[in-house]
Amino acid sequence: MNIIVCIKQVPNTTNVQIDEKTGTLKREGVESIVNPFDEYAIEEGVRLKERFGGKVTVITMGPPQADSALRSAISRGADNAILVSDRSFAGADTLATSYTLAKAIHAAGKYDIIICGKQATDGDTAQVGPGVAEKLDIPHIAYVKKIESIENNLMVAERMMEDGYDVIEVPLPALITVVKEINTPRLPSLKGMLSSKKAQIPQWGAKELGADKNKIGLTGSPTQVMKIFSPPPRPGGEKLTGHVSEMSKTLVSKLKDLKVI
Amino acid sequence: MEYFLTEEQQMMVELARKIANEKIKPVREHYDENEEFPWPIVEEFAKSDLCGAYIPQEYGGLGGGVMDLVLIVEELSKVDGAISLALAASALGTFPILLYGNEEQKRKYLPDIASGRKLAAFGLTEPGAGSDATALKTTAKKDGNHYILNGTKCFITNGGDAEIYTIFASTNPAKGARGISCFIVEKGTAGFEFGKKEKKLGIRASSTRELIFNNCKVSAENLLAKEGYGLMIAQATFDSSRPGVAAQALGIAAGALEESINYARTRVQFGQPIASFQAIQHILADMATEVEAARALLYATSKMMDAQHAAGKKERITKESAMSKYYASEVAMRVTTNAVQVFGGYGYIREYPVEKMMRDAKITQIYEGTSQIQKNEIALALIKEAAGKK
Amino acid sequence: MSNEIKIITEKCTGCTLCFKECIFGAIAMLDSEHLLSDGKKVKKLAQIDLQKCTFCGACVQACKKFGAIELKREESAVHLDMDTTHYKGVWIYAEQRHGEISPVVYELLNESRRLAEKLKVKLSAVLLGDKISNKAEDLIHHGADRVYVFDDPILCEFEDDSYSELLAKLIAAEKPEIVLMGATNIGRSFASRVAAKIETGLTADCTSLDVDINTRNLLQTRPAFGGNIMATILTPKHRPQMATVRHKVFKHAKKDDARKGEVIKKNVEHSSLVIRTKFLKFIKDISAKVNLADADIICSGGRGLGKPEGFKLIEELAEALGGAVGASRAAVDAGWIPYSHQVGQTGRTVSPKLYFACGISGQIQHLVGMGSSDIIVAINKDAACPMMKLATFAIEGDLYEIIPHIVKSLKER
Repeated sequence: MNIIVCIKQVPNTTNVQIDEKTGTLKREGVESIVNPFDEYAIEEGVRLKERFGGKVTVITMGPPQADSALRSAISRGADNAILVSDRSFAGADTLATSYTLAKAIHAAGKYDIIICGKQATDGDTAQVGPGVAEKLDIPHIAYVKKIESIENNLMVAERMMEDGYDVIEVPLPALITVVKEINTPRLPSLKGMLSSKKAQIPQWGAKELGADKNKIGLTGSPTQVMKIFSPPPRPGGEKLTGHVSEMSKTLVSKLKDLKVI
Repeated sequence: MEYFLTEEQQMMVELARKIANEKIKPVREHYDENEEFPWPIVEEFAKSDLCGAYIPQEYGGLGGGVMDLVLIVEELSKVDGAISLALAASALGTFPILLYGNEEQKRKYLPDIASGRKLAAFGLTEPGAGSDATALKTTAKKDGNHYILNGTKCFITNGGDAEIYTIFASTNPAKGARGISCFIVEKGTAGFEFGKKEKKLGIRASSTRELIFNNCKVSAENLLAKEGYGLMIAQATFDSSRPGVAAQALGIAAGALEESINYARTRVQFGQPIASFQAIQHILADMATEVEAARALLYATSKMMDAQHAAGKKERITKESAMSKYYASEVAMRVTTNAVQVFGGYGYIREYPVEKMMRDAKITQIYEGTSQIQKNEIALALIKEAAGKK
Repeated sequence: MSNEIKIITEKCTGCTLCFKECIFGAIAMLDSEHLLSDGKKVKKLAQIDLQKCTFCGACVQACKKFGAIELKREESAVHLDMDTTHYKGVWIYAEQRHGEISPVVYELLNESRRLAEKLKVKLSAVLLGDKISNKAEDLIHHGADRVYVFDDPILCEFEDDSYSELLAKLIAAEKPEIVLMGATNIGRSFASRVAAKIETGLTADCTSLDVDINTRNLLQTRPAFGGNIMATILTPKHRPQMATVRHKVFKHAKKDDARKGEVIKKNVEHSSLVIRTKFLKFIKDISAKVNLADADIICSGGRGLGKPEGFKLIEELAEALGGAVGASRAAVDAGWIPYSHQVGQTGRTVSPKLYFACGISGQIQHLVGMGSSDIIVAINKDAACPMMKLATFAIEGDLYEIIPHIVKSLKER
């Protein structure tokens, strides 16, 4: 089974702190990590390989530094990696990114399943996975919480919905985006870390992909950021005081006054 | 302080830290409270190849040395000095095979230990033979192609949970210390049973049991080196393993220091964080200085041992090994006691981690030779050195 | 021409304003002594890493005072010949689940009605499903001028293939200028496919919308970087402009039974539809009495509960309030409650009217998922934790003592 996992390197917001005066993020020294949802995608890819054999290829589009995200995936069991990187890809929105990744997957050869994280934590769009599927003209299932079975080239997966989950069958090749519930990602192994250091990772640019320059980067992006601003901080709250029973009564009456209960 | 670790060593530290923070931290209270052996964590050690860091590549390890083991144990112990012991005590049980095993013995046992499929344990101490280890009473009587073991070992770390045991027994009681031999005994061998599990002050996630040998028949193939080599094997093992205890002690101390600094910066008394008081600052400064000194001594010793090994030298390094263990364990006790002091009342209750750290630290001054025994070893080495110069 | 951005050395004072503003870490401060145009000597110089730069322009704004950063954005080359004036009207996708219109649709109707009036165009809704024609009138009563209905057994369950194919074709034929959907699991999954099919821009999870009546551009404002930054996004040269909209941000449209509108029934040609996915069954989440996404009141528990039994207390509180039960990642990871209850970055994003955070310290990942709640009540031992500072009402103390009192007061009300 040829498994492709698409990942993204994002700023680590885990330890990011908020500047109390301005209410904005403190951005100095924010490290880059593999998008948390993509960790589940990598793990699911490696588990499929362990169940059905084959190989896992990780692909990322980003600056040359995104190389470290690919190596992290190799240390957790991926077999090889491709870095899709070119100055001309910069500024891509989800449409241009979907196009570029689809081109890269096409160029990588035959595939049976493509796995993406549900969304990236920097943009939170959840649009690239389905977009890639559309550009490759293959079906997709978003928000997959479990792969029930893969038999005779048919995959049955559970799609998480607001009120429960749908069970969907899809012929391969197909793309899925996965949610946290699907697995618990393993930590890297030392042997994996050592081999990831040595791995040769090819870098593919617009030329290698044969990409249409009107469809990549800022040029190929219909959406444009007009402005970025910090949201107004929430108005300061009120600290209730007094005995527990008093505080409870005060709270309930205040909530009643506000007509929320 | 920057110790210029190799790229591989940096990776090991990074990985051990990840396991400690992501896998151990959320469950450490559980294992301490329930005195339960942390099997799921041991599986994490296995999956991540940590168990074989110090074992040569030809036996399935990563080919590192004492320094690599030390780095891993220190990092794990920063979060939990009891769970890290599953790995460190297994190394203690493995060193006799690594140092004195023949090719068949190494091929048979090391790969399972390196992969983490099996844990090892070291069996020397007996009820009547603690610091005076040579007073052991367990016997191994030759019977054709076998030895028959009889006797009881106590306080055996990983006892009951390990699969592979290196056991010291006398093959010739008349010869005293020179009559001691070392055997590999597998769990499940007929006549090899486990006694009660001890209830302890600290390192409660680690199992400590009695090993009972009742006409236990062990193949002569399981004898390490030759009859009578036991004491030498034990001494060489301690030379290699004491840095592991030192690393455990260092880790516990470093963890307590980190907790103390964080707490001091957030705990407010008299209207300001307690870290702004000189009384607290001086305690923190003492703690940090001692931790760094213990680390510098331990790393220097470990690097020297690995360099000697790489150069094929077989000189004893008892003095430095004992110094590292002695100093780090004393530091661990002082630093964790101070950490509890910095935390005040909160340090004394189980909701905060320093109480456990203080309990865990105490054992490092006791096992694998008490602090007093380490000082004996150091002094003996000093006198020998001086005598040798004349 | 490609995008260009550069630092004008003689204007850069080394003040680090741009460095602090760059969320992509694309700016570094170099030790580089240089002279400013007024002859002053400064020691630091900003440098832009073009591999990381997304040309968002945040640094240019930060450097307004000095004007040391120059940004030239390339004009979008695609669809330059697209005559955007041919595209008229505002559309919403009227999502239905198990034959019921999703609540977010009524919020969309309310907000898009306002946009349509501002643009002086009609508001249309697109309804796909099986035996759902009877819902069309309801959409009109809530603000739609026109409803396109695809009513066919083949559309009984949501399938990305069929739904996106039908909607994309209808868009191509009717040319609306704006298409909005709810940022639900369905909406996000298939909006992406539709936008990729018709090659237009799509903005995810908007929390504020407006239109510029001169350019007829949709101003799509959404949180980024976990809600710490807001971005306003345009789709200036492509039509339609597509966006998904967060549930519970806009008010529910008022019903007016007198409203009249047009219902246009569309045929579904089975032969032209390729449906590769096959819906097998739906399993309802029985652990949740109230659906988290739709709940107006959510009571969440976190690490501070200390034990799984704590959720019994949270359930009691939720029941007294008629709300849903949520949880922080710490509580889910500890195995105290299933993942479907998780609120936050790796869980669900919610914006209820009232959010109770019990024993949740307020790590940024959690705040991202509930920060847009109207009223937040925090109960925590640690008065200094972020959640207590952010809360509308903060109660310091032991939640095991406090919650039973609140439940009692609620029952007495």
